[in-house]
Amino acid sequence: MREETRTVPVQGLLAEVARLKAEGWRLVTLTASELDAERLDLLYHFDRELRLQHLRVAVAKGEAAPSISPVFFSAALVENEIQDLFGVRFAGLLVDFGGGLYREPESPAAPFCRRGGPRPEAPPTEGGGQTPGGEGCATR
Amino acid sequence: MRHTVIPFGPQHPVLPEPIHVQLTIREERVVEALPALGFVHRGLERLVEARDVPQMIQVVERVCGICSMIHAHCFCMGVEALLGIEAPPRAQVLRVLWSELHRVQSHLLWLGLFADCLGFESLFMQFWRIRERILDLGEATTGNRVIVSVNVIGGVRRDPDAAQLGWVAAEIDRIEEELRRLEPAVLDDPTVRRRTVGKGRLSRAQAWELGAVGPTARASGIAEDIRQTNYAAYGRLYFEPVVETDGDSHARLRVRFRETLASLDLVRRAIRILPAGEVRLKLREPPAPRGEIVVRVEQPRGELLYYLKGSGEKRLDRVRIRTPTFANLPALLAMLPGASLSDVPVVTLSIDPCISCTER
Repeated sequence: MREETRTVPVQGLLAEVARLKAEGWRLVTLTASELDAERLDLLYHFDRELRLQHLRVAVAKGEAAPSISPVFFSAALVENEIQDLFGVRFAGLLVDFGGGLYREPESPAAPFCRRGGPRPEAPPTEGGGQTPGGEGCATR
Repeated sequence: MRHTVIPFGPQHPVLPEPIHVQLTIREERVVEALPALGFVHRGLERLVEARDVPQMIQVVERVCGICSMIHAHCFCMGVEALLGIEAPPRAQVLRVLWSELHRVQSHLLWLGLFADCLGFESLFMQFWRIRERILDLGEATTGNRVIVSVNVIGGVRRDPDAAQLGWVAAEIDRIEEELRRLEPAVLDDPTVRRRTVGKGRLSRAQAWELGAVGPTARASGIAEDIRQTNYAAYGRLYFEPVVETDGDSHARLRVRFRETLASLDLVRRAIRILPAGEVRLKLREPPAPRGEIVVRVEQPRGELLYYLKGSGEKRLDRVRIRTPTFANLPALLAMLPGASLSDVPVVTLSIDPCISCTER
């Protein structure tokens, strides 16, 4: 990558993200990318004055990663998307659709993981397009 | 105090595409808003497994019809950077020209929809009538009205001649004159002001904290536009972002209207600096990018990000697309609490939501 990219351990992620926020970096988004049957790369993209910086975290499939939504609330939506598409669970996610942001109960688990490996269970909620809390207004 | 939960969308007169917001209401005021997505998610990113790089251009152009040119531009810039090549200077300027025409037609589409949402039917028709002329310029110079399909790896596939460009410049002048005549109707009309001033306010701090981008962020005082990074030919066009500070729906309206005029000026200046020469590199073999890259461009709705990863094969390993509406949804959820139920459609539309992009 052309910009600064640092690899950080899962345990140090929240502290590093909080430090970047304090330095004035804006969270742009997260990217999940499959490395092999066992591991995924999570890339965290940050911007300050139109300059990019990335953090890279390797997570094992089927294991939880810490949610950064308590630091950057805007991460909640993309973390839910990654939960749906790659099966990564984010611990401490402030708004958690439980794997049902896009997926129906009958949808395949982790549809963007094509190299196999551990898969999460089907979303616990009824129907896609759910709002968290199960008020029943959002079902199709 | 009793709360009422009201579903807004997925089908609603102001929403051309489906998104659902669950509104918790107390005495006609929104106290909480929660979104629901996934009604039309297409999983386009995964098509990268089945399409080679040139075919993926066709796919990314179809993420969104309204900004198809800019999706393809971003994707091609990323692939070119991975291949270590650069489109010829004439192609770079032509990409800017068509991107800005795309921005104009997108903003005009939104201005019409916004006027329609306010019940201002004649203004809606005026903006869409003018938009048709922008689409005519696209059709004449690219062969297509909306999905212009001009980008290729290493340049563009069309090269308008001097007569066409002269006509485009003259038409741009006439369109600008017409838009300036509409300016008082859209920005100063008492009804428009009453429905938009102070509605859906987003402070600068909120906009930054929630990751807002594009006109939504610039209307809250964040003077950032990815075109300032000088990608393609923007570095030669002395670009300045349009910024407002009120952070309400009227500020977002002002930003988009003035950006429309600024984009017309960029088209005019792009024609003026257009160099002679080739518009497309001749690639000896099919592109097989290796490495990973993040590329950003400015869409009509804000910052568009592509992450590309390749391992030297004809198909990429991963394409990730972060569209501006996806980034602006948390900001929308912060604008709605405190709004009157009758203002929810106006505030929602004020971020120019593109669900086609969001549900790529």
